[in-house]
Amino acid sequence: MIIDVNVYLSRWPCRRLPLDETPRLVERLKKLGIGQAWVGSFDALLHRDIEGVNARLAAECAAWPAGLLVPFGAVNPRLPDWREDLRRCQEVYRMPGVRLHPNYHGYTLDDPVCEAVLQEAEARGLIVQLPLVMDDDRVRHPLLRVENVDPKPLPALIQAHPQLRLVILNGTRAGRPAAPLAGQKNVFYEFAMLEGVAGIEKLLLQGHFPVEQLLFGSHCPWYNPDSAVLKLQESELTDAQREAIMHANARRLLGDQVGR
Amino acid sequence: MKYADRMGIDRLIVFLGFSRMPSPPPAQFREDNDEVLRVLEAAPDRLFGFVYLNPNYVEESVRELDRCVRDGPMVGVKLWIALECNDPRLDPIAERAGQLKAVILQHAYWRTVPNLPDESHPGHVAELAARHPDVAFISAHSGNDWERGIRGVRAVPNVYTEVSGFDPTAGVVEMAVRELGAERVIYGSDAGGRSYASQLSKVLSADLSESQRRLILGGNIERLLRPILTDKGIQL
Repeated sequence: MIIDVNVYLSRWPCRRLPLDETPRLVERLKKLGIGQAWVGSFDALLHRDIEGVNARLAAECAAWPAGLLVPFGAVNPRLPDWREDLRRCQEVYRMPGVRLHPNYHGYTLDDPVCEAVLQEAEARGLIVQLPLVMDDDRVRHPLLRVENVDPKPLPALIQAHPQLRLVILNGTRAGRPAAPLAGQKNVFYEFAMLEGVAGIEKLLLQGHFPVEQLLFGSHCPWYNPDSAVLKLQESELTDAQREAIMHANARRLLGDQVGR
Repeated sequence: MKYADRMGIDRLIVFLGFSRMPSPPPAQFREDNDEVLRVLEAAPDRLFGFVYLNPNYVEESVRELDRCVRDGPMVGVKLWIALECNDPRLDPIAERAGQLKAVILQHAYWRTVPNLPDESHPGHVAELAARHPDVAFISAHSGNDWERGIRGVRAVPNVYTEVSGFDPTAGVVEMAVRELGAERVIYGSDAGGRSYASQLSKVLSADLSESQRRLILGGNIERLLRPILTDKGIQL
């Protein structure tokens, strides 16, 4: 069984994708042995009615067996009254965490609004997922020229929020973590954008972080989900490493929050 | 090779050597090709080589083509980012490759930020190929911006699109098959910069018939290479 922590529902703004309808997505995930997906919504990138986005996301996930699609709502701290969105994510929709998109929402990691939203999430015990990039900036749509998230402030943020459970999405493109983990065990990466032959094996061998902090992520449906599954096959891993990456780490991180 | 085995990849086409100079002088590209020739000796039953040339040095490139393909074991040409490939300086190289029945693989990126200096895009490949209709050209990476890259070669039937060297964005192979036909789509890995897994997944995940998948994963390149392999007495 695999837990995929990097999945989206709905439509990419400028391309139809083979799996951008939930039934087809679910069918494919199941076929690949992915028994749980942590999902955000592509709508969160550009829509400004974030509450509407989150309500649809929660409803879509609730339409499937419990625990299959785990919703991670969006919060845009540039919008008025964003704390209410965060509250609803947790208290109304029972989401275990939120997914932030600083680059699409117009702030950097060293902006005070970022500090504020992380502080609030930490106080509420919410997991924060932070995608650093969504697509290849060399071929990004010319009308969507969003800068990638600059990870340089990450170590300081991580140190300032020792209780925050942070999952960096799309942060291993360079074959190493986008930023050091500053010794924190509550910070996790996934490998959707990791490249190179036997990338996972090398990532662990190079000792950038312990296997306990690596999660399975596909960045599906922007990427096909088979890529992440095949990367597990490509790398030589022990059974313990494989189990940790495929589900045990994510399960530990999520705790008993699903369905609570 | 060990990881190719893990992924079920039987044969690899290798090129470039280790210097990876964008516009190597002749001495350097000869050295690069010597490295590849040595590698080919290690596993001649599983590796094929393409000769790396620099069209800024036309005469030397044609001589190197003869050395490595006509007189050596290589079976194709690799062109990278030395010169936009619609340049007429490419013509003698394409003509010689055609005489030798060698396939030409041209790096082609179509960035939405400016391309690298002298970097070709798929439209350049199509221009060159239209001047040499009897030579098989492979537009590498489908341009990365594949929604443009596939269109860019669509009208020229002797151009094949290859799907390595960019993220495993969903839908690329489906679009390529829709627009070019499965007979003009070729799998590649771009290893070791890329993962065999991520690149293979583009084909394995695509909504295709098994016969289409077989063409893309090996049948097409086998068909393109068969004439030169036959001339060399190599059986697949």
